[in-house]
Amino acid sequence: MTAQEVVFVLLGAVTVGAAVLVVTTRRLVHAALWLVVSFGALAGSFLVLTAEFVAWVQVLIYVGAVVVLLLFGIMLTRAPIGRSDALDSGNRWAALAVAAATAGVLVTVVVRGFKDAYVPLHAGAGTAGELGRSVFRGWVPAFELLSLLLLAALVGAIVLSRTDIANGTAGDPARREGSGG
Amino acid sequence: MHVVYPAVVAALLFSVGVYGVLARRNAILVLMSVELMLGAVTLNLVAFDIWLRDRLHGGQVLALFVIAIAAAEVGLGLAIALMVFRTRRTIDVDALRALHEDRQDLEERQDREDSEDRGRPR
Repeated sequence: MTAQEVVFVLLGAVTVGAAVLVVTTRRLVHAALWLVVSFGALAGSFLVLTAEFVAWVQVLIYVGAVVVLLLFGIMLTRAPIGRSDALDSGNRWAALAVAAATAGVLVTVVVRGFKDAYVPLHAGAGTAGELGRSVFRGWVPAFELLSLLLLAALVGAIVLSRTDIANGTAGDPARREGSGG
Repeated sequence: MHVVYPAVVAALLFSVGVYGVLARRNAILVLMSVELMLGAVTLNLVAFDIWLRDRLHGGQVLALFVIAIAAAEVGLGLAIALMVFRTRRTIDVDALRALHEDRQDLEERQDREDSEDRGRPR
């Protein structure tokens, strides 16, 4: 085991461990904070794999934006901030069986398939310059399409979350459902 | 570095995400588990890009695209969750049973359809 592999295995253990805490913790806000730990360690693994730019994008978008958005969602839906035992649904054991089966199949296949594959890591394979050159040379259509998709998602999120513009077209959902709501 | 290490970490992270999606009840926790699964996919893309030394860096560029799409997905997902919360006062995915059909209703409808079938001339 080289030093890189040791560091990667440690970061991977932190990633998976924090992910397990995300899906098992009884406090909703702690789940979001463990998600930060998990994605931070994942960004560290990208750094070990010499993918610098992806690592910093991961930190900026996931840790910076997505987790903040999720925390906003938790606050706005008036979720229980403290300890709550109702976060797991009744089919937890079935879910555990499915997840264990998935893990077993995937790990077996991956280990058998890539037992001998070895990659010597050289710095500089994923710098911002390299990636920028390939994005704007080979992947321009996909990049432009992605910007359109982001615009559509932005407009969609605004339309979904504003209450005053939905009345004219679809009718007020509260009124349509009666006073029960 | 052996390719097995990132691949196994990604497989385990994906399975943890699968467990979260199936076992959690709060819609926002389900979204978090989906993010974990997408993170596993990103790790795979980066690792195999480094291994195969793609000249166009297809794996890493696709990883960036996956991250951007995940951001869009979480924005829309939260907007939908807020909308559900506004109309139903809960985002408990077990409690949202509007598409669920009661057994009694189902039997009544089947009876009605059977009698309609019998009344139809052949």
